[in-house]
Amino acid sequence: MDPADVRRALTRIAHEILERDRGGEGVVLVGIANRGDDLARRLATAIRQIEAVDVPVGVLDITFYRDDIGLTAEAPEVHETAIPFDVSGRTVVLVDDVLFTGRTIRAAMDALMDLGRPRRIQLAVLVDRGHRELPIRADFVGKNVPTSHADQVRVLVEELDGEDAVVVEGAR
Amino acid sequence: MNRHLLSMSDVTADDVTRILDTAESFREVGTRVIKKVPALRGRTVVNLFYENSTRTRISFELAAKRLSADVINFTTSGSSVSKGESLKDTALTLQAMGADAIVIRHSSSGAPLHLTRWVHGHVLNAGDGTHEHPTQALLDLYTMREKLGRLEGLRVAIVGDVLHSRVARSLSFGLVTMGADVTLVGPPTLIPPDAPAWGVDVSYDIDGVVPKLDVCYVLRVQTERQRLEYFPSVREYSRLFGLTGRRVAMLPEGSLIMHPGPMNRGVEIDSDVADLPQSVIEDQVTNGIAIRMALLYLLLGGSGSEVAA
Repeated sequence: MDPADVRRALTRIAHEILERDRGGEGVVLVGIANRGDDLARRLATAIRQIEAVDVPVGVLDITFYRDDIGLTAEAPEVHETAIPFDVSGRTVVLVDDVLFTGRTIRAAMDALMDLGRPRRIQLAVLVDRGHRELPIRADFVGKNVPTSHADQVRVLVEELDGEDAVVVEGAR
Repeated sequence: MNRHLLSMSDVTADDVTRILDTAESFREVGTRVIKKVPALRGRTVVNLFYENSTRTRISFELAAKRLSADVINFTTSGSSVSKGESLKDTALTLQAMGADAIVIRHSSSGAPLHLTRWVHGHVLNAGDGTHEHPTQALLDLYTMREKLGRLEGLRVAIVGDVLHSRVARSLSFGLVTMGADVTLVGPPTLIPPDAPAWGVDVSYDIDGVVPKLDVCYVLRVQTERQRLEYFPSVREYSRLFGLTGRRVAMLPEGSLIMHPGPMNRGVEIDSDVADLPQSVIEDQVTNGIAIRMALLYLLLGGSGSEVAA
């Protein structure tokens, strides 16, 4: 995907969120660090342009909820969590760059539940690459990308990487 | 990161930054309604305290519990130690019970190092004799960075009984590692003779030092650790080295007053001074939990194998 593809996909997802969630009332966007938070902020901008509503944006770090702590040589690196609003009673749209095994989303849902009691949780991803290991699916998908399990899918965002792109690298 | 945390002299500047950054995230956890994350579920942390210490033990206990680890508190009174069990046998017993980490406070310098030779788990020094107290130093570094935005180039005075203070040693090493300028201030009898080798300055005149400080760090007068011949009287000490209102007025705008607690109000610090807005003594306590969570997470959160993931 090139920058224009990424922009079109995010704009479409913004429309779909507004359609599904009745004009964005009670919707909050929570991006999963890293990169999911940048995508969440862009979705919020797109929603504002379409419907002139402001949806709050938060950042969630799921490190403490991972299921592989103690299995990697070093403790996984921790990022910031900043959710400056109450998620209870809201429709929380989790935003991530790539949906793969589903383990990150499982961790994110557990983390959210510790922060409050959302009315419902939905999932928006830029890329769904398949190979789920848990019964999890996305509500909003930018693009389905068929991959082999060993491929590397990298999403680049302008804020962190200087450009928008989705790159699939074959296993070496 | 090393496998154990024994001394600030073997913690690098990169490690300090990593520990403080990780603590930042745990500070956020401490502001939630549910102040608990499942990161260390199923791990066991033992608090092995051979000396009384309410605040450090509670801080470590809370830190481990907020990470969902199981905590065992082992104090010397009412335990096998009062029946004469040696440190080694106690350590081996705890090991046999599956302790993943041992937090030790001991009156003998070097006890934590000994422990590392007997057990497979991680050892965290929570204060050993007059040697070191690295977690206190790290929470102090965190508090300084949080309030002043940096550590490099900070001008810090550590005032009081440096000779008997494990806090002063650990904090000096940590500050020097991070590029701060440290001055030790106290009566000549209470400044260790090898202090210049730590990379710090020494002064016996607090009034000459105070006007140039970013942080005035006041040490506790440890009446239990010193036989009173180091200075003639407590009154004389507080007149010559106590942080009084007059001395605080000489501190530059925006500088901090810190103390590791517990305070002797009216001895090393005036009661009014301890309650001033620039005194961040309570923040130090709050930050202590986040720092200890970060350390337990960083030490226990990896498999410990040397192979990169």
